[in-house]
Amino acid sequence: MVHGELWTLKELFVTPNEYIYWSVQIVMYPFMTGLVAGAFVLSSLYHVFGIKELKDIARFALVFSFALLFAAPVPIILHLQHPFRGINNLMTPHFTSAIAAFGIVFSTYGAIVASELWFLYRKHFVEQSQFLKKKQDKDFGEKLFYLIYTALTLGSFDISKEAQHKDEKAIKILAAIGIPVACFLHGYAGFIFGSVKANALWMTPLMPVIFIMSAVVSGIALCMLTYIVTMEIRKFLACKKQSPTYSPECREEIKSVEVNVIKMTAKYLLFFLIFAISLELLDLIFRGYTATKSWDVLRSVIYEKDFNSIFVFQYGIGNLIPFILFLLPGMTIRRAVVGVVLVMFGVFMMRWNVVIGGQAFSLTFAGYMHYHLPIIPHDWETLKEGLFGALAVFIMPFVLFFFLTKIFPIFGLKESH
Amino acid sequence: MNRREFLKNTAKAVAGVTVPLAAIEILSPARVQALKADSSVRWAFLVDTYKCVGCGLCVKACKNENEIPYEANVTRTWVERYVLTKDGKLYADSPKGARDGFTSAKIDLGMGKFQDIRKEDIKKAFFVPKLCNQCENPPCVQVCPVGATYQAPDGVVLVDRTWCIGCGYCIMGCPYGVRFFHPKYHTAEKCNFCYHRINKGLKTACVQACPFGARQIGNIKDPNDPVAKIITTERVGILKSEFGTKPQVFYIGLDEEVR
Repeated sequence: MVHGELWTLKELFVTPNEYIYWSVQIVMYPFMTGLVAGAFVLSSLYHVFGIKELKDIARFALVFSFALLFAAPVPIILHLQHPFRGINNLMTPHFTSAIAAFGIVFSTYGAIVASELWFLYRKHFVEQSQFLKKKQDKDFGEKLFYLIYTALTLGSFDISKEAQHKDEKAIKILAAIGIPVACFLHGYAGFIFGSVKANALWMTPLMPVIFIMSAVVSGIALCMLTYIVTMEIRKFLACKKQSPTYSPECREEIKSVEVNVIKMTAKYLLFFLIFAISLELLDLIFRGYTATKSWDVLRSVIYEKDFNSIFVFQYGIGNLIPFILFLLPGMTIRRAVVGVVLVMFGVFMMRWNVVIGGQAFSLTFAGYMHYHLPIIPHDWETLKEGLFGALAVFIMPFVLFFFLTKIFPIFGLKESH
Repeated sequence: MNRREFLKNTAKAVAGVTVPLAAIEILSPARVQALKADSSVRWAFLVDTYKCVGCGLCVKACKNENEIPYEANVTRTWVERYVLTKDGKLYADSPKGARDGFTSAKIDLGMGKFQDIRKEDIKKAFFVPKLCNQCENPPCVQVCPVGATYQAPDGVVLVDRTWCIGCGYCIMGCPYGVRFFHPKYHTAEKCNFCYHRINKGLKTACVQACPFGARQIGNIKDPNDPVAKIITTERVGILKSEFGTKPQVFYIGLDEEVR
């Protein structure tokens, strides 16, 4: 069977080679890179602009951004027809292609996040390394952590006030450089679509900016959600009488920190959400106003074929409802959870509507293609490019985050920065 | 050597090695051969829509010549049927790329539906063969992240099956929908004007198979070439000129309905 044939249904005049070639993994790709970029921007709000209210979530967001970073290229690799040749992209980059820039932008960004993390946790690495060094009768785990922490110090054991001050300065500089690079990382993902002149829906210079804004929105939302979940787990553990950290005061303290952080972060989420929605609506209005040759088919896709996924799921459930939820006074954790889940759903639907919606009509402008997401896999292709492949990509950063927090603890650290 | 010096020297060494490495391009022997092609040649294709009857022999010949599985619903070349009715409606189709010719008068609407059009309702009807336009400014070459799609000096856009990563960006970038994934090799596939044949002085498989002379190939740089003479002296059209790709497939009798 031809690639794409399995999940594509053709209606009216569609040329023989046309199928939905870019399937759910290409929806996941901008979604995941968006989360990376968004989480980093959230972390930088504290480090660069000194927004002290976001101090608690800044460290959290940076570690989470690092976990997300590893998951970001996975959808593309899963989508490639020759995944083992993916390295060719780095060996013979063809710089007129937006995808070719991936290796450079991604590794630059990765290096910035890794360096910032190193400066942020250097003191912790040194302390842990020295503590474990002194400890007698180390068990296997302690020996392993001793090796990891010692290696992570990179031989820099100076944790004097002066050295820590230098670390702080380095973090600030890296976070400042990181913001444009994070925006570039996601802007270029938008450029991949926006520069395809053959596709009437994608072809707009607004695409990179729309992608950046929704990336920040989704990244902040995911950080908030994960933060809430983590804090709830901490609260639950603090409640357990068997727990050594048990104390009702501790539980109340966690609760108040959680509510304050979420209230503050929600304000920034709302701010970026307004920009994201405005830009998307502007693009839609502009297309209708200029009504070029492609508008007839675009209108039929936007207002008829994809009406539900664009106006009901993306704008209605994904934008309008959370917008109202965040605007209403007296924010609660429960409301915040509903809001951020809907925001993330909205951003996912935006990616879906761009990627799948952009392929929903024929190049002839006289036919349509319908995409049926493979749910039950019956071969490798339907597994990796189906529901399970997409879910695996989404779950991956959480698993990584769990293991990363063992080395980069996000709570209970004495904050020097 | 202290740590600072060591780091400095490492950075210098990495930068020093990376720059010349980035300049090295790995070429396959097939690509080197293609790049040696004679630049006094620019292959162009001429399609006479008045002569095409939609028999599909060209599509069949192309599939056989270029290892495109016969049953696969993709093809390097295809024929479209256009029917304009007196009430101003346009119907078009290309069932299986017209591999078996248009054997039924019913228009294929997809999703298992067919439209029967009475002869007396037809204002005009015609067939249009399509194939890769071997653009002067090919978007597929521009977007290929690894350079697996490239243009030979004689204008033909070729695909290196051993280097293509299968991302599909070229398929998305082509405004003519001529590209697809090869069902067997899983790499980007398209018409290459039967490059293996034209370089030996032969006609393409589709040109040779067409019993009506609806398809012709020639060298546009040769003033004595019969195809070049028609393209340069008669009124011929190209597809989707608005994309600025400068197609090198020219049509006689092109209609505005054809996209």
